[in-house]
Amino acid sequence: MGVGLDDHQGLIPYRYRPPATLIGRGAAGPISLGARMTAVAHVGKLLRGKRRTQLAVLLAAPMGWLVFAYLGSLAVMLFNGLWRFDLGTQIVIKELGLSNFERLWNEAVYRTITQRTLGMAALVTLTCAILAFPIAFTMAKLAGPRARRYLLVAVLLPLWASYVVKVYAWRTILAQEGVLNWMLSPLGLDGPGTGGTGLTGIWLTLTYLWLPYMILPVYAGLERIPESLIDASSDLGASPFTTFRKVVLPLAFPAVVAGSIFTFSLTLGDYITPRLVSSSQFIGNVIYDQLGVAGNLPFAAAFASVPMVIMVVYLLAARRLGAFESL
Amino acid sequence: MIYSRSLRWLLRGGTAATLAFIYFPLFILALYAFNSARVQRWPIDGLSLEWVRRAAQNEGARDALFTSLKVGLLATGIALLLGSLAAFGVARYRFFGRDAVSFLVVIPIALPGIATGMALNSAFREAPLIGGIEFGTMTIAIGHATFCIVVVYNNVLARLRRTSLNLEEASADLGATPVQTFRHVTFPAIRTALLAGALLAFALSFDEIIVTTFTTGGGVKTLPIWIFQNYSRPNQGPIVNAVGLFAILLSIIPVYLAQRLTEEEVVSPAAGAAAATH
Repeated sequence: MGVGLDDHQGLIPYRYRPPATLIGRGAAGPISLGARMTAVAHVGKLLRGKRRTQLAVLLAAPMGWLVFAYLGSLAVMLFNGLWRFDLGTQIVIKELGLSNFERLWNEAVYRTITQRTLGMAALVTLTCAILAFPIAFTMAKLAGPRARRYLLVAVLLPLWASYVVKVYAWRTILAQEGVLNWMLSPLGLDGPGTGGTGLTGIWLTLTYLWLPYMILPVYAGLERIPESLIDASSDLGASPFTTFRKVVLPLAFPAVVAGSIFTFSLTLGDYITPRLVSSSQFIGNVIYDQLGVAGNLPFAAAFASVPMVIMVVYLLAARRLGAFESL
Repeated sequence: MIYSRSLRWLLRGGTAATLAFIYFPLFILALYAFNSARVQRWPIDGLSLEWVRRAAQNEGARDALFTSLKVGLLATGIALLLGSLAAFGVARYRFFGRDAVSFLVVIPIALPGIATGMALNSAFREAPLIGGIEFGTMTIAIGHATFCIVVVYNNVLARLRRTSLNLEEASADLGATPVQTFRHVTFPAIRTALLAGALLAFALSFDEIIVTTFTTGGGVKTLPIWIFQNYSRPNQGPIVNAVGLFAILLSIIPVYLAQRLTEEEVVSPAAGAAAATH
């Protein structure tokens, strides 16, 4: 997307433009053509250098902030993860070692929690992808411009509505005396509740929370598919299902991957939802408790680097799949 | 393509079901905010404004709201400055490492909140050169600003890419200084994008809780933290519903305004990664 525009927006238009003073308000006195050419070349060279300075001035603050405050923080966290916490004295021992990572690897409970979190992230991502298609397709291909705009806003607003309040709303829905059980009871069924260690409530809530993050990129991806391709497929006798499977889905796949970056990452990083709608432990819960309750900063830091590394790998893979072009 | 009648109805049905799924919990929450009973069971016993009144008078909630506004404004201010500077650099200059800039802007929102929170916590705690920073409003704002940069960056970058350079060049050719060109040509073109970016950054900050819990200290509570801490207190439940409804309205309004300001540009943090590698 950016590549085509660059030819018009890069350095080139500026680089060879005569300085305004020479053509505008006029330089003092008449200048011979030759002198003028030299002057232009000279100022041009100066400007080129200047543009580099301008760029440095523009980028210094934001890049400084992100590198220093963000990447720097991640580095400190990775470093802290190599420290050790003495359980007897409750003191952080600032010696480097891999003991925290060994513990994460060797103790079954942490492996289980990591697998549970990853499994949930995958399940939520898959569910969101499936649920996103009908509405995204309707928005992209069936709705008129007006209806499309309304639908877009209707999907967009809840995405931004207070996250913790939405989790809380689910807690009241899933509660023993909540709406869900009231609706299920005539069928003789019982909802997941919020007290047990079940994962259904977490799955429902997380799917709910991240669904708009999937709908929006999938909608954008579907909108870019030319109508003619779908027409051609159906003219050649393909059923709607075949057209979807062979034409729409492959073309929309990068958009699904783009959406999955958010559904996956947000699930990995959440500890509020598991805490509010279940008593099951996710990576985030362990990190929060190790830091806040046990005061074991090194172990919390070590465990937090796990979802970080997973997401970095995920982002690199998504980039290869072309997800970034469809965001 | 001519979509068959049944396919159309299937898709419409799916759309309606999805919308119902998206709005149902919000509707339930709103209803509970006006519940006359203290116990949150379904069906509700009756309607009353009691909890809304009590929520409005709740000092803890009011303090938390004030903290959230303060943090939001600070974070938005920083994000506005840094995000638009970065957007100008990427939109108007071509240089080696431009993709890296976009990637760096996006990464704080693409990585899991728990990792970002833990990293900032570690860094504030250690801050080797300055002997640690005191946790509180300032540390929360620094954390929020870090992941709010991307929404300002996206909005301004998208606008700059759609704004023709010819106008700026014409201005310069007619003898305007760079400052004059910025004031009379560039700034008016990006004004609404800046405002939309700022509104979204504020909404993002106003709602955030995961990173916030790792960067707060000294008893400083934002509104989401107050809600999170009060949900389980037996007497606070109905008040939390009312405060929650208020929080939802307060975060939706800036987003709605931002959407109106930018029309075609999709305002979502997902568009955040839009700029990555472009």
